[in-house]
Amino acid sequence: MIEIKDLHKSYQIGKNSLHVLKGINFSVKEGELVSIMGSSGSGKSTLLNILGILDEADSGSYNLDGVPIKNLNERIAANYRNKFLGFIFQSFNLINYKSALDNVALPLYYQGISRGERTDRAMSYLEKVGLADWASHKPNELSGGQKQRVAIARALASQPKVLLADELTGALDTKTSYEIMDLIQQINDEGKTILVVTHEEDIAQMTKRIVHLKDGVIINDEKVEQVRAIENV
Amino acid sequence: MFSLERWQEIFETISKNKLRTFLTGVSVASGIFILIILLGVSVGMQNGIEKQFQNDASNIINIYPGYTTLEYKGLNPKRRIQFTNEDYELALGDKEEVVHKSSDFQIWSRLISYKKEFGSYRIQGVMPDFQYLENASIIEGRFINQLDLDHLEKHIIIGNRVKKDLFKDNSPLGEYISLSGLNFKVVGVYTDPGGDREEARVYIPLTTAQVVFGAGINIRSMGFTLPKVDDYDEALAESNKFTAKIERQLKAKLLVNPLDTSGIFISNNIENTKEIYQLISAMKIFFWFVGIATLLAGIIGVSNIMLIIVKERTKEIGIRKALGAKPMSIVAMVLHESVFVTAFSGLIGLILALALLEFVGPMVELDFLINPSVNFNIAMTTVVILIVAGAVAGFFPAWRGAKIKPIDALRDE
Repeated sequence: MIEIKDLHKSYQIGKNSLHVLKGINFSVKEGELVSIMGSSGSGKSTLLNILGILDEADSGSYNLDGVPIKNLNERIAANYRNKFLGFIFQSFNLINYKSALDNVALPLYYQGISRGERTDRAMSYLEKVGLADWASHKPNELSGGQKQRVAIARALASQPKVLLADELTGALDTKTSYEIMDLIQQINDEGKTILVVTHEEDIAQMTKRIVHLKDGVIINDEKVEQVRAIENV
Repeated sequence: MFSLERWQEIFETISKNKLRTFLTGVSVASGIFILIILLGVSVGMQNGIEKQFQNDASNIINIYPGYTTLEYKGLNPKRRIQFTNEDYELALGDKEEVVHKSSDFQIWSRLISYKKEFGSYRIQGVMPDFQYLENASIIEGRFINQLDLDHLEKHIIIGNRVKKDLFKDNSPLGEYISLSGLNFKVVGVYTDPGGDREEARVYIPLTTAQVVFGAGINIRSMGFTLPKVDDYDEALAESNKFTAKIERQLKAKLLVNPLDTSGIFISNNIENTKEIYQLISAMKIFFWFVGIATLLAGIIGVSNIMLIIVKERTKEIGIRKALGAKPMSIVAMVLHESVFVTAFSGLIGLILALALLEFVGPMVELDFLINPSVNFNIAMTTVVILIVAGAVAGFFPAWRGAKIKPIDALRDE
């Protein structure tokens, strides 16, 4: 599903060049649930941004579901993000003047799907994350866990190939974190490929594979025995 | 792109920022309001100036008969030329551009009496349009109309001077005054910017005058006006072309030597009005300039606000882009909102200004400011200006929005 070869990325900060990714080789198969771990500055967010076509690598290759991601213009990048990827963020990034339902329907709007169908589909994903009753509420009327569920429903709505989650439990307490991870595990059980960036060991243990990143290189990449989140709630 | 969803989004963002949108709207609305009022005042001043400087319509063309000075086709010089209804019809015949037209027949002085009051006044038999040629305005009743002409009515319109002399402060309407032993019914009182001299006249239907004074089909003179043209040189050229044609036709019919300069006199008032034209066009340019500058301030306000809105919505735009919004859809979103806010508030300003001019305008009657108003074309021009302005105001903010990188936007806390 994801094929990365010899990926390099550096940032220009003033006169200094900061080499963030120093040759990443990495692949993810369909249906995997992978966590990327590392301390801050290890390059994990940069890697996720490149995977999410929000940023572009300086060199190396990136194939997403067989499509080379290289030198895309804004329009095509937007199209690929919409078709291939679902994002889940630490700070939820919901649009706060839109209802939960409208937030979930937004990616479908950019797919050019008619309003009626958008609403139906968005509603079914809200049901899936257990928030059907909250469809008409604005984000500021929801708890942190509920907001993240809406965000997950939104990420799923466009039926992406891969879900990318950046510290998705970072703003939640432990119990809520585990509930969210339980939902992630359920979605993965249905066959969705999911990448989770985290620096929390317990969250990482709930995935099936942990990739450790340090100073821009992968220092460890191992499959783990998955801890089911539901057992710890 | 301008779908229902977009409208919903716009109303959502607007309702999120009611006060800000309102203030922006006020600045645009007041800009367009001031522009329209200025343009209206410009028209009002134009009216005022015309009234101040001109006793007659500014573009009136008068044609008088004279005495020939040259021999022509066996006819001796010093022959007196007499116009008739036929000459008037001939002069008017193929001139579709004529706006106002009238021939007249006049008696220089005749005694007019009402009860014990009497006086000597000039009597003119005229057609309905004569009012506009003379720049006379009706204070009471009406001017001569076509029915008066058709039925040779013994109706009379008296000047304000005549009214003061004969009727003092009483209303003369419906009263009968005696003229050459005949009773004429007063149907109107007029005032003329020419003052007492031009108000010491009475008007009766031309046909009636021709019968009463035994003139047959004779007329004394004729007058025409052409459509108003803003550019002086153009107006002059048009009217010279017009008078040359009439002169040629009349001279041919009345057998006047084409080189004879005194057989037929054509006076073209437009030659006397060059300064007024220049003053008016300078004034128009000035008012447009001030108005547009005011509007520009409003538009820059909108642009500014839209920039702030885009800045504030940086994160939201980043989210939208992460979810698959294309740059064009962001541009369209911002532009749409900008055009909508500008056009909507501008229209409110426009309507308020038009309403003010419509209701208050006619009451304004100062020396140099009379009936300020704007015409439909000006209103439509400003509407187009508004839409363009909205697009221009929204363009740079929209561009900036489209350039937002989702990765930077999402990092923006």
